[in-house]
Amino acid sequence: MTHSVRILLKSPKFLIGAIATLLMLALVVIYPLVNKSDPFEMKALAFQPPGSGLPLGSDNFGRDLFLELVYGIRTSVAVGLIAGLCATAIGLIIGLASGYVGGWIDNVLTAVTNMFIVIPSFIILILVSVSINSRSSLVVALIIGLTSWPWTARAVRAQTVSLRNRDHVNLAKISGHSTPRIIAFEILPYIASYVVMAFILQVASGILAEASISMLGLGPYNTISLGIMMNWALVFEAPVSGAWWAFIPAAFAIAVITFSLYMMNTGMDEIFNPKIRS
Amino acid sequence: MNAYTKYFVKKSGWYLATLLVALVLNFLLPRLIEGNPVSTIASQVSQGMTDSDSIKKVYENFMKEFGIDKPLIVQFGIYLKHLFMGDLGTSFGLYPRKVSDILASAVPWTVGLQLPAILVGWILGNVLGAVAAYRKGLFDKVLFPAALFINSIPFFTLAIMMLYLFGITLKWFPISGGYDFQMVPHFSLEFIGSVIRHHTLPFLSIVLVTIGGQAIGMREMSIYELNADYVLYSKLLGIRDSRVARYVFKNAMLPQITGLALSLGTMVGGSLICEIVFSYPGIGTWLFTAIRQLDYPLISGCTLLIALTVLLANFTIEMIYGIVDPRIKAAQMEEN
Repeated sequence: MTHSVRILLKSPKFLIGAIATLLMLALVVIYPLVNKSDPFEMKALAFQPPGSGLPLGSDNFGRDLFLELVYGIRTSVAVGLIAGLCATAIGLIIGLASGYVGGWIDNVLTAVTNMFIVIPSFIILILVSVSINSRSSLVVALIIGLTSWPWTARAVRAQTVSLRNRDHVNLAKISGHSTPRIIAFEILPYIASYVVMAFILQVASGILAEASISMLGLGPYNTISLGIMMNWALVFEAPVSGAWWAFIPAAFAIAVITFSLYMMNTGMDEIFNPKIRS
Repeated sequence: MNAYTKYFVKKSGWYLATLLVALVLNFLLPRLIEGNPVSTIASQVSQGMTDSDSIKKVYENFMKEFGIDKPLIVQFGIYLKHLFMGDLGTSFGLYPRKVSDILASAVPWTVGLQLPAILVGWILGNVLGAVAAYRKGLFDKVLFPAALFINSIPFFTLAIMMLYLFGITLKWFPISGGYDFQMVPHFSLEFIGSVIRHHTLPFLSIVLVTIGGQAIGMREMSIYELNADYVLYSKLLGIRDSRVARYVFKNAMLPQITGLALSLGTMVGGSLICEIVFSYPGIGTWLFTAIRQLDYPLISGCTLLIALTVLLANFTIEMIYGIVDPRIKAAQMEEN
């Protein structure tokens, strides 16, 4: 474990990604402690350009956009993390069950996985969100998690199948170890690096999914997320008013977060899959 | 039965089953709304109507369409029957327009925008990714992070930025609609020119984002192939570099075809939101309007149409893939 961490720290790609993510998180955690005002409070006229007092200007309601941005990043990252955790957990369980247990369970689970890979998760996301009346950010995160697991499930299954008949697994079987124990000690350690990478990708795509769904006006209520900020900017015609500060920083924040997560993933990929290292 | 027919039949079966699941989801999810959706909806539609007869007519119309008083399975039967006759119900927001009419007017715009954009982005992305893997050096060092960065920008974000930069600040392109609003659609150079000018920005923003993701995938596949033993062996045999590059490209390309099939859903979803940014008169913009008005028949019409198209496109790609990839053919032969 410490060994793999030490190798990881030598990968510039992973380092760049990790440092950018940590800096962003630090800002989001520390800034609300310094500036204790309410992000929903109106401070100025609508669409004031960035200047003294308001580092990123004001939005259509005259609220402090920088403060909104900080809270937005916080919500978006939280939604991404919960969605990613949920999707990875479901994918891992389904993948392990169908890969290790095999038989008809495998057939059924693989069929379900393949179906949900083809049906666009975006569509299910819209249909579910439209049907639910009160959406908190937790509910939105769970819906995203529940619709984005098939990728992980498919990959975990493939890896488990290739591990299932290795000698050490057979040895554990002969020694009479229980199935959960074999999965936990003989299978999981071999796919752990993959699962961590899948989790990082799921967080990134969770953040993007939240942004898309909020953009459509189906985001969580009573909160600020990066997607909701973009939705406000578009609905209240910030681009036409020339108020670039209402949407460029939010857009940039989404891009930077997902970019640093992707960078971390690529860095890890190059280390754990030596074949890709050029 | 020959191997390909068998493959075809098997895949068709799976896609039919998937289609059924998609239909059930599309039918069931909107019916989970609490309370009686018809009365909620009818009261919304008939707002402002004073004549009690016409309110009653609206109510009865939706009651009949939904068949809300019957058991769920009968409702599903009614739903399927209407579907087969091409009847997707009546829009609430634009009562009494038919959902199928609205969608029919939107489809040409969406297809005209997304099909070329996704294809062009896919081809360009693959070529760039392969070149980056092959040339390495500076080209790769610049292209890879750039592609990764563009890939992390959501579709609509890039669209908004382009709208702001080229549409509003530089005024090079119009910022909304599918053609100049004072025009009536007809065949003339002027109208076609207007359509092309409105088409440019949404087209470019979809192409750019697609290039990013595809280039990354292709680069990775190509590096993987370049490290394979057959490349070294061909080089030792003295086969010309250009020829080896062709082998590598061909081998790396195949997974990219499946990649296209699998990421199609995400791409179409992203492009739909692009349409909203540019108020392009396609499905995405209608979906946005429908969501804001809680126009359920129109929402489920849109989602159904998108799901069907993605399924169909996936099916087509898999069929072509079965012909193109010799490994799949070999697998079919073995099964026989």
